[in-house]
Amino acid sequence: MLIELGHFALILAFALAFAQAGVGFAFWKRGGAAAAFVQQSAILQFVLVGASFAALTQAFIVSDFSVKLVYEHSHSIQPMLYKITSVWGNHEGSMLLFVLILVLFGAAVAAFSRNLPDDLRTLVLSMQGVMVAAFSAFVLFTSNPFWRFDPAPIDGTELNPVLQDIGLALHPPLLYLGYVGFSVCFSFATAALISGRIDAAWARWVRPWTLASWAFLTLGIAMGSYWAYYELGWGGWWFWDPVENASFMPWLAGTALLHSAIVMEKRNALKVWTIFLAIITFSLSLLGTFLVRSGVLTSVHSFASDPTRGTVILAMLAALIGGAFTLFALRASALRSGGLFAPISREGALILNNLFLSAATAGVLVGTLYPLVLEALTGARITVGAPFFDLTFGALMVPLLLLIPFGPFLAWKRGDLAAVTQRLMGAIIATVLVTIIVFTLLGFPVSLAPLGLGLGFWVMLGAIAELFDKAAFRRAGFRRGLARLKGLPRTVWSTAIAHFGVGVTVLGVVFATAFQTEIVTSMRQGESAEIAGYTVHYDGEQMLEGPNYIAERGTFRIIAPWGTTSRLTSERRVYAVSRMPTTEAGINTYGLSQMYVQFGERFGADGRVVRLWHKPYVLLIWLGAIIMAGAGFLSLTDRRMRIGAPQAARRKRPEAAQ
Amino acid sequence: MIVRRILAIFALLLMLAPVAGYAVQPDEILDNPVLETRARAISANLRCLVCQNQSIDDSDAELARDLRLLVRERLVAGDSDTEVIDYIVARYGEFVLLRPVMALHTIVLWVAAPVFLLIGLVFVILGARRKRAQQTAPALTAEEKKALERLAGD
Repeated sequence: MLIELGHFALILAFALAFAQAGVGFAFWKRGGAAAAFVQQSAILQFVLVGASFAALTQAFIVSDFSVKLVYEHSHSIQPMLYKITSVWGNHEGSMLLFVLILVLFGAAVAAFSRNLPDDLRTLVLSMQGVMVAAFSAFVLFTSNPFWRFDPAPIDGTELNPVLQDIGLALHPPLLYLGYVGFSVCFSFATAALISGRIDAAWARWVRPWTLASWAFLTLGIAMGSYWAYYELGWGGWWFWDPVENASFMPWLAGTALLHSAIVMEKRNALKVWTIFLAIITFSLSLLGTFLVRSGVLTSVHSFASDPTRGTVILAMLAALIGGAFTLFALRASALRSGGLFAPISREGALILNNLFLSAATAGVLVGTLYPLVLEALTGARITVGAPFFDLTFGALMVPLLLLIPFGPFLAWKRGDLAAVTQRLMGAIIATVLVTIIVFTLLGFPVSLAPLGLGLGFWVMLGAIAELFDKAAFRRAGFRRGLARLKGLPRTVWSTAIAHFGVGVTVLGVVFATAFQTEIVTSMRQGESAEIAGYTVHYDGEQMLEGPNYIAERGTFRIIAPWGTTSRLTSERRVYAVSRMPTTEAGINTYGLSQMYVQFGERFGADGRVVRLWHKPYVLLIWLGAIIMAGAGFLSLTDRRMRIGAPQAARRKRPEAAQ
Repeated sequence: MIVRRILAIFALLLMLAPVAGYAVQPDEILDNPVLETRARAISANLRCLVCQNQSIDDSDAELARDLRLLVRERLVAGDSDTEVIDYIVARYGEFVLLRPVMALHTIVLWVAAPVFLLIGLVFVILGARRKRAQQTAPALTAEEKKALERLAGD
């Protein structure tokens, strides 16, 4: 019964979204009742889709196998957490989650943008309504999660074992919050084009949504990367897989959007470009959906792709993106261009940032699609894999990373590069010193790795230097400097922290790539192996039974170079229902470094294949991403970012720091 | 999308399910550490033909193992790195290279990002020149200015 109510709630939400879009676009100039209807409709849709999602979740919790989706993706002996995550561990459920988050953002816009002009808000919500209608129709007509069986089967067929992990609880919702959040920016962009109202105020309204989406997407990608790292079993953390590229492209474009929106907000320039980026960022999210859903990119595993679904998504994609770009072509030329600035200025630096980020996005896009296009045109089959992306993407990132510390130091309109270099001298000298020390510690290797580390240090130290410079320790003295440091606007802090996080990730990437050690060996009980100063002792194996799997578990003792001993276990599991084998790598963390042990198959009479990796400072990769996302959220709490900041709090404050 | 990661995992899993092997086995490793290092470097650039975007070095498929052994065989026989790669490409085609060759049919792929960057730069420079020539000062209406101040809160 509940499941039918859920189904009905979704149908209602679809109808309401349809009405919302229709009324909104027809009467957006009038305000009044139409504006109020659109607003209330957006909030009501959230309630409806929320109820719909809750009904489906309930069916999974009580293992109602009369529901086809529950039968196909859950099992009664699964632990409760995985019963719940099974809701979105499949195509239909994940699309419903997509719609849920879409209406969540719609409701948030309706609730938190009271002082947006009525017409703009109505247009934004109408555009959101179009998307809700399109995606809920997609769910209802091609991927309906609410179909029933009669008679109901006795038990289900289990969630894919690889997905039975805490990662599935966190990664998809975070990633969706990012992807779908950019739909708000998209709606703002189209609303701006329709109404012709594109100014600095517009940029300020959009920025919180960009920031929040970007921060969630950063977390989602990082979480996915860490999940792949520990689950797939060979310790890789980024594969340049088309699936990963599909999530990385919106991130790159979103990062560019974040920066260009600053120029638009502060200087009323780069308007056309910012609108363009807002459209392209969400388009890339949708493109990724299409590529994966249609099976174009994933011919090897055609189980989840369905040509009908692919065609429908392609049609939606074409309509939304095509419509937006048509609008863009018609209206963009009407935009007045903003303030003038010299090439060497904050604006110039941000444009350079945008150039590199969009070139990187284009590079990833071309690399992902090129094999498809080439094969379609000439029949030639080539592969574009990790070595290609490492090279081309890396080549674009090096200059960008070198430039990062200069950006925040440059003045708006006209900057003085010599003066900035002088103010950065402390950071430059520190970076050179640290790099020399690293070179010495490594014994002057003939490799680029220490330079890569230097690059990471440079970005980190540059961020710290920016804070110190803004606090004016040198002029104001230590104590007053400290007080000034505390008083800096949160947007300044968040810029510095986010850039620092970039440096941290760079450091982690270089360390983990260039300095990891790996041993592949066979071990018998009682034998030990040496790796990177650690001694790994194999204590033997045992069979054990989990809630829904049986496992062979290898137990190891690891003696660290400084003498401490710790235990580590690594498993090879076979899941009871699907008979699917998985490996659970054993990972011990030492500070920021990790020992990664994979317990392999039998070798000879009584041996085991064991793979050992020492991954120095590998955690920095994800720590940096968490720092970046944290900076994004911190920036959201800045008073200037809050659109509805109370009147009383609006006293005059010097804008100087930004 | 969630599903992207899931599909990636599925892809790997589908590869993994029917075969018992894993990536590089202890018995494959060459005694000569220099040759082994070269073998690993070469394998990291060769695609496992039956996998979804995996190198033969990472892959557990039977075919990947055959290729790894073939690479090592050629190295032991005294081939240079390029000769080994040419040998493999001659048998399995260009598809096997994770880093495509730079040739007429791949030139667009290789130059896409740099050309995009250059075009962007030219565009920006020309735009800035034109704008400076026009010297148009942006003007907000009084009403717009007031609205902006109210929203800016500072």
